[in-house]
Amino acid sequence: MSNKLIDLVNITKSFDGEVVLDDLNLYIRENEFLTLLGPSGCGKTTTLRILGGFENPDKGKVIFNGEDITHLPPNKRQLNTVFQKYALFTHMSIAENIAFGLKLKKKSKSYIDDKIKYALKLVNLEGYENRRPDSLSGGQQQRIAIARAIVNEPKVLLLDEPLGALDLKLRQDMQYELIRLKNELGITFIYVTHDQEEALTMSDTIVVMNQGYIQQIGTPEDIYNEPQNAFVADFIGDSNILHGTMIEDRLVEILGAKFQCVDEGFGRNKPVDVVIRPEDIDLLTPEKGTIQGVVTHLIFKGVHYEMEVMANGFEWLVHSTDMFPVGTKVGIHVDPFDIQIMNKPESEDEEAVAVGE
Amino acid sequence: MIRNFLKRLYLVFIFILLYAPILTLIVLSFNSSRTRAKWGGFSLKWYSELFQNEQILQALYNTLVIALLSSLIATIIGLMAAIALNSMNYRMRTFWMSMVDIPMLNAEIVTGISLMMLFVAVGNLLSFAGIAEGITFGFWTILIGHITFNLPYVVLSIMPKLKQINISTYEAALDIGASPLYAFYKVVLPDIMPGVFSGFLLAFTLSLDDFVITHFVKGPGFDTLSTKIYTEVKKGIKPEMYALSTLMFVSVLVLLMIVNRKPKEQKNAVRR
Repeated sequence: MSNKLIDLVNITKSFDGEVVLDDLNLYIRENEFLTLLGPSGCGKTTTLRILGGFENPDKGKVIFNGEDITHLPPNKRQLNTVFQKYALFTHMSIAENIAFGLKLKKKSKSYIDDKIKYALKLVNLEGYENRRPDSLSGGQQQRIAIARAIVNEPKVLLLDEPLGALDLKLRQDMQYELIRLKNELGITFIYVTHDQEEALTMSDTIVVMNQGYIQQIGTPEDIYNEPQNAFVADFIGDSNILHGTMIEDRLVEILGAKFQCVDEGFGRNKPVDVVIRPEDIDLLTPEKGTIQGVVTHLIFKGVHYEMEVMANGFEWLVHSTDMFPVGTKVGIHVDPFDIQIMNKPESEDEEAVAVGE
Repeated sequence: MIRNFLKRLYLVFIFILLYAPILTLIVLSFNSSRTRAKWGGFSLKWYSELFQNEQILQALYNTLVIALLSSLIATIIGLMAAIALNSMNYRMRTFWMSMVDIPMLNAEIVTGISLMMLFVAVGNLLSFAGIAEGITFGFWTILIGHITFNLPYVVLSIMPKLKQINISTYEAALDIGASPLYAFYKVVLPDIMPGVFSGFLLAFTLSLDDFVITHFVKGPGFDTLSTKIYTEVKKGIKPEMYALSTLMFVSVLVLLMIVNRKPKEQKNAVRR
């Protein structure tokens, strides 16, 4: 893929003595859709604000295109931000909002008019030039905010939970729209969200953060299928996280039963964490399963049934299109490649520290 | 039925108590007879005499100039103070806000006397240092005094508006290339303008009708309307003063009505 555009080097930031980011290192490639994903307070928004120039890191550097921009004010950066709360200028018309940055750059009237037309077309709001921001819906306001940012032709667009205030259906539509926009503009998007589904849908690269540390960096498939620790596994989608013992290569013992798996190199009789996604569990007749249990809960979810199965003292979460009524005795089977083995954290501290070195 | 009637009656009674003195004053200002005892018929002669009295016109001019200048300067300083207060952390802001509130709760006479003492002390210092021979009480001392007591009111009018604004709009302006000053002027100021304007009007009104503080910081021979009325009334009752007081009451009333006017109500848009 293409080369590094932004490099965050040893970024540390604390507010009122509380460390929010601790020695964070991250690079962002040109033209990539990168998502910072994590629960609130994980440092993702602070990272974005440091990129935008709204916060100064206590330590570390922000390198943009080979230049140190750590202390450059926001109005001098080639990055533009789309804020969570739209942040349109309410006393100006839509056209004036979009023209704000261009007028500052002393562009000609005809250039500005063309740009407004182009931007409104890009966000599917043609003919809205003379409307007022408060006469638009939340989704429309957010599109105008995007239009206002992109007319300045930034190299990078920073998006701070831009869909957070929208309802589910609109959010899904806007996700597709953002992907289309990114492809049409051919610029880098850095996106902040706590919504794992949003991150999986749109991103080229996901950076999972927790407590100021990067937990895992990877493609959506990597993050979902090969979580590197229990936090990532738990945060991304539903999962069954179990204690296990790696008996030998490709054989793990979970809750007293032996499961075939595909992981190697953990050593013999090593305690590990095991992740099994609920949709990867096959429910069979008791004698065909690796372990046996009883269905204790059943909920219809639309696409699938969600069931809980009590087996060997653990409540297994199972998603399946087959329905087993509560009380049914079932056997649990998991295909070897659907079992994800992870090293156990060695101390409590390490639970929050990046894994993978 | 009767309950409602009694409620209304009580309200009318309270308002009569509140406004009877001023009503008497207004009625007497139109009385052609010089004595208060009898009604000599409706007349505007006290008003016309008032506007022929040079001293009174001079006092009116002084009052208006001081009110305008002091409220303008207080608005500018107060706006800056409000912005600074708003960007402080919670503990600092609480501390400094109470520092702003105290002068407002302080008795006017105490503020007046302390200002007078301060001017005397500064004057002494200046003459001691050989820079000037003390401070002359008059226009400048009154102006400084009025700016001082107007400041807290301006800060208090602007603060709520500042708290309401969405800080993201300011950051968004910076983000697309505005300098901090330009972003403030173009994006923040229009949003807080109603607060700034009502702070200015409030300061103007307070300055217009202030007597106590002006009385202590004014020098001999320099008068504002309120101190002029006071000196005139001390010499003996003159009906011109009723007319002047009426005019002051009406102008303050009008200004207060502007300050307290309701923000425009939201209406449903009509389909065109």
